[in-house]
Amino acid sequence: MLLDMTVRDPDSTPAIVAEGLVKRYGETTALDGVDLRVPAGTVFGLLGPNGAGKTTTVRVLATLIRPDSGTAVVGGYDVHRDAHRVRQLVGLTGQYASVDEMLTGTENLVMIGRLLGLSRPQAKARAAELLAEFRLSDAASRPAKTFSGGMRRRLDLAASLVGRPRLLFLDEPTTGLDPRSRNEMWDVVRDLVGVHGVTVLLTTQYLEEADQLADDIAVVDHGRIIAQGSPDELKKQTGAQTLAVRPVDRADTELVVTTVAEITGAAPELAGTLVSAQVTDPAVLPAIVRRLDDAGVTVGEITLRSSSLDEVFLSLTGRPAEDAASPGTDPADPADTGGAPTGRAGEPATDDPTARIPAATRS
Amino acid sequence: MTTLTTTLPEQAPRAAAPRPEPAGPPRVTPLDALRHTRTLAWRTLVQIKHNPMELLDFSVQPLMFLLLFTYVFGGAISGSTSDYLTFALPGIIVQNTLFTTLNTGTGLNTDLTKGVFDRLRSLPIARSAPLAGRIVADLAKQLWAICMLLGLGYILGFRVETGPLQAVAAVGLVMLFALCVSWISVLVGMLVSEPEKVMIFGFTLIFPLTFVSNAFVQTSTMPGWLQAFVKVNPVTALADATRGLLVSGPVATPVWHALLWAAGIAAVFAPLAVAAFKRRV
Repeated sequence: MLLDMTVRDPDSTPAIVAEGLVKRYGETTALDGVDLRVPAGTVFGLLGPNGAGKTTTVRVLATLIRPDSGTAVVGGYDVHRDAHRVRQLVGLTGQYASVDEMLTGTENLVMIGRLLGLSRPQAKARAAELLAEFRLSDAASRPAKTFSGGMRRRLDLAASLVGRPRLLFLDEPTTGLDPRSRNEMWDVVRDLVGVHGVTVLLTTQYLEEADQLADDIAVVDHGRIIAQGSPDELKKQTGAQTLAVRPVDRADTELVVTTVAEITGAAPELAGTLVSAQVTDPAVLPAIVRRLDDAGVTVGEITLRSSSLDEVFLSLTGRPAEDAASPGTDPADPADTGGAPTGRAGEPATDDPTARIPAATRS
Repeated sequence: MTTLTTTLPEQAPRAAAPRPEPAGPPRVTPLDALRHTRTLAWRTLVQIKHNPMELLDFSVQPLMFLLLFTYVFGGAISGSTSDYLTFALPGIIVQNTLFTTLNTGTGLNTDLTKGVFDRLRSLPIARSAPLAGRIVADLAKQLWAICMLLGLGYILGFRVETGPLQAVAAVGLVMLFALCVSWISVLVGMLVSEPEKVMIFGFTLIFPLTFVSNAFVQTSTMPGWLQAFVKVNPVTALADATRGLLVSGPVATPVWHALLWAAGIAAVFAPLAVAAFKRRV
């Protein structure tokens, strides 16, 4: 079965089409053949650990750097040949808030309005409008260096919206924010798409964030997209669902483990009396219930739930996302991947993370 | 196995490209570039309003220098403070101007490291505007500092003994020289990892270069081996030219020397700086 997840509306033209993007910095390969297709009017999440190539991808698409090879078309224009036109369509909010700290909130936005060709009164009006929208009116005349992290991020987002872009790049919009500011930011992003009809490409290290915001997610690792689809589809693809069974009688635990292993073909994980395993076929649930019933085991708890995105990343790369993000971890180290405590179903034990990359992405 | 990855059809990548959305002009006109430069110069200058320390830095510091040199060293160097003021004011203008060119590199590096440059470059503006805006703003500050020095000098008793045209020429020459030297500053600003390092560079190169010249003292008072360096130092040529245009002394030769030096410095460092700028941004 081949699912083309990203195309929901066959009539909509994609906002971004990237093919085979490669970017090297000396010995380091930041992008190793990235293909993307982002439909207009959606939120697209690039999910991956630090150094996976998310920011480099955004910088290529926002015309800041040229790829060594590959092409990218944004809003119908080639990012290299028609860079100026692409810049007229996009807004960029960088990983580190890129407002001028010395300027006030108003001045930052007026500067951008003026650069975009607004008259001084127009630029001031637009600045006031955006400051109000992002609840920054009170701080409008204070230098940005006095802003809190959340305020600064909102100002940065406002700055990228001065020119009413069709397409917005949000590079790690909530990194370093406290949970409350993060939730506010999420609401803002939802409004951008829902109310303003902007297409958003966001990068994040937070699996939850991609799950919350994105219509489609591309999982990036070592400069490659190793999986792509809607959050639910990704979960289904990768082992997908987690089955958990807890017998009432502790003595039955061993029998439950054997039964689950037999039916799912996986090595179940045991936590106390809770037996869990990742499954791809939901039909295993009634099968297990029947078998345990026949064996006279009373089941106290049985659940089948979608895997978390953490589990998805683990399943795709053979190592937890946290490990991948920590510096100094050699991701290709077999000891690292082989030792991953997965208890995953249906996946032959392979130590090579690339072996799990679906063949279609290895172009 | 099920694959859920979305890859593009291998055939006809062009056909897959979306239709262009309506957009503005395909490129920046020279007039736009000037507008962008003006806005970005404004951006650098308006910061002074919120950062009075900067005002202190480029206004009070040169005045301090002038007062210290005139009243602390003046008597010892020239016998009288007023004689020394006449000799040293052109030199202090030169020294301060050269030193202030470092601000260009510091400012650019700050923009780079703070991510302001990424924001600016994602906008549909002239690629040169962030650099040009910074340079224009810094030249405006230079002009301000020179006027302050001449103003305080006047109060202390310094008089332009040539004429208004020569005085304007002196200021113009110093500014032109500063513009050429600021390419070195831009280059350093593009190469170093943090703004503070631009200043370290300044202290190790520009500080000795301005002091081992005749900006503050007559060349003839120095040991012979040092005189040899002082005589070929471009700062000496510029100080002599400024002195000649503001007070008295030879004009033509030092002005030509200064202009040649300025042209030479720009010819070497402007391309290097622009290349570094393009590579870094």
